[in-house]
Amino acid sequence: MSAIGLKIPLPKSRHVLPGFGLSLGFTIFYLTSLVLIPLLALVLRPFELGLDGMWNAISTPRVMASLRLSFGMALAAAVIDSVFGFIIAWVLVRYRFPGKALLDAVIDLPFALPTAVAGIALSTLYAPTGWIGSILMEHGIKIAYTPWGVLVAMIFISLPFTVRTVQPVLSEIGRDMEEAAATLGATRLQSIGRVVLPMMLPAILTGAAMAFARAAGEYGSIIFIAGNIPAVSEIAPLLIVIKLEQYDYAGAAAVGVVMLAASFIMLLALNGLQSWAAKRR
Amino acid sequence: MSRRLANPTEDPLWLKLTLGIIAVGFIAIMLLLPLVLVFKEALASGVKTFFSAMVEPDTLAAVKLSLLAAAIAVPLNTVFGIAAAWSIAKFDFRGKTFLVTLIDLPFSVSPVVAGLVYVLVFGMQGWLGPTLAGYDIRILFSLPGIVLATIFVTFPFVARELIPLMVDQGRDEEEAAATLGASGFQTFLRVTLPNIKWGLLYGILLCNARALGEFGAVSVLSGHIRGQTNTMPLHVQLLYDNYDYAGAFAVAALLAMLALLTLALKSFLEWRYADELAASHRH
Repeated sequence: MSAIGLKIPLPKSRHVLPGFGLSLGFTIFYLTSLVLIPLLALVLRPFELGLDGMWNAISTPRVMASLRLSFGMALAAAVIDSVFGFIIAWVLVRYRFPGKALLDAVIDLPFALPTAVAGIALSTLYAPTGWIGSILMEHGIKIAYTPWGVLVAMIFISLPFTVRTVQPVLSEIGRDMEEAAATLGATRLQSIGRVVLPMMLPAILTGAAMAFARAAGEYGSIIFIAGNIPAVSEIAPLLIVIKLEQYDYAGAAAVGVVMLAASFIMLLALNGLQSWAAKRR
Repeated sequence: MSRRLANPTEDPLWLKLTLGIIAVGFIAIMLLLPLVLVFKEALASGVKTFFSAMVEPDTLAAVKLSLLAAAIAVPLNTVFGIAAAWSIAKFDFRGKTFLVTLIDLPFSVSPVVAGLVYVLVFGMQGWLGPTLAGYDIRILFSLPGIVLATIFVTFPFVARELIPLMVDQGRDEEEAAATLGASGFQTFLRVTLPNIKWGLLYGILLCNARALGEFGAVSVLSGHIRGQTNTMPLHVQLLYDNYDYAGAFAVAALLAMLALLTLALKSFLEWRYADELAASHRH
């Protein structure tokens, strides 16, 4: 600008466009008052109990069982959804068939369908008298009102995350590497397994992390199908609700802080994955 | 001969069939079957029962409350989304990446935790609860609590659609308008808005769907008072827990139709205005 040597008086504001102060000010005010301060209220609350008190609130068998169930099943759901999500994304990107657009649109159903609706539908479907439950019952498998019900609901709710993170990356990567692999004598399965899958790894892991985060925090669709037996099929978010109903605010906050800490770790992991993916390109 | 001409990156037929059947089968059993069941159960005891469950006063009150909560939360989050995207896309400042991460934060927080944080602020044992009670202001177990919960869970929808879109579009057009003497408001209305209108609509659509369907956060804050603080999803639970399956699935079918409408509009926007949406070129 001034390198040209002309003396143009700089405008008072550093910005050409108006509204910087107003828009950023409103953004920060809205974010702080509605999200950050309430979250701070949660983080500070358990400290009323002291560290020992907080540990006592979390280390009861019932709380530990619920945390193990929520995070363990969320991990299982994330793995299962990553496998099927990749297959679905592959079919949607690479194959041509009638009804493809419809199939593509249906993937987002768990995003759009209210979780309570999904909950009563899955519960009815997998109950011993339901369409799927009655078939499984003949083989002695019970899903509804057991921890497996939790898994089924989590698989349902998290599927779109895995498909929707893999799909755009898969349609962008070129096929030259696969061609090279084929030229060098790799079979089709070898090219997919050793060339495509490693390239897709950051996207697959990102999808899995998002699926895990969503599944671990999920409440609405699970409580109908889980049966909610304490220490067996009772998820951590439900335990927060139960503790609140008993006016045990500090206890509820202690479990809530563990859930929130897990969310933060997942958020950091996701940011790390994104910068890793960006470097690999 | 055909062997040499075959595309080396084309899957063999057996693989196509296997993967195709797995994909279609998984979607049919995991996603479509529950949807079909909702409509089948809703109509199981006849169309008449379905409609009489719809016009039941408590159901109508739940529909009204859900629409009211969404009518407050969605515009607020839309204004926030526009302001956030304007500041992030049109100006340079430090800590921008951090701000974007914070805006996305509500997505990774469990809905129940979202409800919990407001109980800790506005509850009787909370920070502001006793003070507000002194002025006779009720937040929990009434409309403001439901609206707050809805705002929290739908917080990033508009912002995260607009931010990448407006960053992509750059600042040239707005700067030209400003140079030619347009006011800030004129610039936004005549230059920015036409460029982002489909993305804005897309964000509002998703925000609205989640607002009408939210369960966990609203459940913590509503108090479940039948006919007063029950939203549609909460009403589904209430009917279901009272073994009124016909009623529960009737309301559920209404919500499912809303979800299908949302998906149809979403697909239409993605197909017709793909170039003007951030979602379609997000990596």
